[in-house]
Amino acid sequence: MKTRVASGAAALTVLVALPAVLSSYQLSLVTKMLIFGIFAMSLDLLLGYAGLPSLGHAAYFGVAAYTVGLLALRVANNFWLDFPAGLLMAAGVSALFGLFALRTRGSYFLMITLALGQVLWGIAFGWRSLTGGDDGLPSVPRPDLSLPWALTDGIPFYYFVLMFFGLAVGALALIVSSPFGRALVGIRESERRMEVLGFDVWRYKYVAFILAGLFAGLAGNLFVYFNGFVSPSYLNILFSASALLMVILGGSGTLLGPAIGAAVIVGLENFISGYMERWVLVLGVIYVLVTLFAPSGLVGLVRERLGNSGT
Amino acid sequence: MTALEVDKLSHSFGGLTALADVSLAVAPGERLAIIGPNGAGKTTLFNIVTGIFRPSSGRIRLFGRDVTRLPTHDRAQLGLARTFQISTLFPKLTVLDSVLLAVQGLDAARFTLHRPRTAYGHLRERAEALLADWGLADRARQVTRQLSYGEQRQVELILALAGAPKVLLLDEPTAGLSPAETASVAAMIRRFSRDTTILLIEHDMDVALDLVDRVTVLVQGRVLAEGSKDEIRGNPKVAAIYFGTDDA
Repeated sequence: MKTRVASGAAALTVLVALPAVLSSYQLSLVTKMLIFGIFAMSLDLLLGYAGLPSLGHAAYFGVAAYTVGLLALRVANNFWLDFPAGLLMAAGVSALFGLFALRTRGSYFLMITLALGQVLWGIAFGWRSLTGGDDGLPSVPRPDLSLPWALTDGIPFYYFVLMFFGLAVGALALIVSSPFGRALVGIRESERRMEVLGFDVWRYKYVAFILAGLFAGLAGNLFVYFNGFVSPSYLNILFSASALLMVILGGSGTLLGPAIGAAVIVGLENFISGYMERWVLVLGVIYVLVTLFAPSGLVGLVRERLGNSGT
Repeated sequence: MTALEVDKLSHSFGGLTALADVSLAVAPGERLAIIGPNGAGKTTLFNIVTGIFRPSSGRIRLFGRDVTRLPTHDRAQLGLARTFQISTLFPKLTVLDSVLLAVQGLDAARFTLHRPRTAYGHLRERAEALLADWGLADRARQVTRQLSYGEQRQVELILALAGAPKVLLLDEPTAGLSPAETASVAAMIRRFSRDTTILLIEHDMDVALDLVDRVTVLVQGRVLAEGSKDEIRGNPKVAAIYFGTDDA
C-alpha cells in the first residue's frame, strides 16, 4: 500500500513536471493519452471489475463529445453549461442503454452493446443537419474559464486535463475499493453466488454501467475541447474496440493498467501512422500478442516479474 | 410457525417434470434431510426455494411470509442461505475476500461506493472471526482455487454461515470428499447453531441420517416418504430405492 502511494506520488510529480521538458507537440500527445486513459479506465470498471465486456463504449464518449460540441457551437461556449450537459447526456444514454444491455450476459452483452453503439453512430452519420454527418463538427472552441491562463494554449490545457485525470483516478480508486466495487468483483467471479449472498446483482451492474458511461463522457468532453473536432468515427465500433484493447493491453481489473494501455496505444498509433497506413492491422497484431503472451496485460506482466500477486 | 413451508410445488423443464406436488414443512431449528436417487429433483427444489427458478405452480413460505415471487437476494436478506453442490466459489479471490463478500452481503454498507471497504472494520472483524472459528484462519490470504477440494467445501459452508442464516440449505456438502474429509465436514455441520433450520441434500444415507432429525425421500419429483429417521430406515419402499429390489 505504501509503495503504491509512493509510486503514485512519483507518477504525479512526473506528470506535473512534463510541460517543462516536452515540446508542445509532445505535450499534446500526452494530453491525448490522459484523455484516452480516462476513457479506458471507465471501460475497465465494466470489463475488469464487473466482468461486462462492452463493445459499444464509444457511445458515451461520442454522445458527450457531440453534446459539448453542439452546445458550444450552436448555443453558447459556456463551460458551466456545456461540460455538465455532456456528462449528463453520457450518463443518461448509458442509463437507457443499460436497461437493454443488462438483460443479457457474455457474448450477447457484447453484441447488444455493439448494436446500441452503432445506432448512435448511425444517427451521427445520417442526421447531417444536426451533426454534420461524416464531416463531423469542426472548430469546436475551447472554453474560456476567465483564468489568467487561456485554455487555448497547450500547457494550461494540459493541466486542465491532468486535473480531471487526477479526479477520475481518485474517484475510480475509491469506487473500486468501496463495498460496491468489491461486490462488482464478486459479481465478475460468480453472479449466482452473489445473488444467494444477498446482493441485488442487477442493481450493482446497472450503477456500474452508468458510472462507466459517465466517466467515458468525461473523456469525450475533454476530447472535443482537445481536438476541436468530433466526427462519427468517435462513436463507431473501431473506437470501442481500441478502448477494449487499451484495457486488455494495460491489464483489465487493475485501476491504472488501462491508462497505461491507452498511453501505449496512442503513442504507437502516432508513431506508426507516420510510416504506414495500416494502423488497424497493427492493432490486431498487438491484440493477438497480448492475448498470447500477456493475458493479464502489461501491469500483470510487471507484477509477475516482481513476484507479487494482486487481485 | 414453520420456518420453511413448501406447498404443492411443481416444476417442469420443457415437457420434463422435475417436481410434482411437493409439499414439506420444516419447524424452526429442525434439521431435515432430503434424500433420493439422481434426478429426483432435490437440487431443483433448492433452486426454487432460493428463487433461482420460478416454480410452475405452488407456494413457498419463509416464516409464514410468501416468498414465491421474491428475487433471490431478497430471500437472502430474510435469512435464507444455501451452499452449492458444484463449487461456485470465487476462485480468483482470497479466502478472506470471499468471506468478506459474504459478510458484506447482509450488511447495511453493502452498496456504499464513496468509502473504501477498509473503513468498515466490523466487516473484517466478522470475516476473520468466522475463519478463526472454523479453523481456516491460516488460509485467509490464499487464493481460493489453491485450496484443497475439502477446504473449498469448508469455505463453501463458511460463506453460507456468514450471515447467520435462519434457514440454511446444504446441497450435498460432502460430495466428492474422502472419508476423512467427509467426517470433518459432518463435524462442522453438527456444530452449526441449533437456531439455524437446516435442509440437507445428501447422497450418503449414513451421513444424512447422522446429521438430521427427520427425512423426506424424493423420487422422480415426488415425495415418496417422510418421517423420522427410524421410520425411513424401516420403510420398504425406501429400501427398495436404495438397495435396488425389484418392486421399486
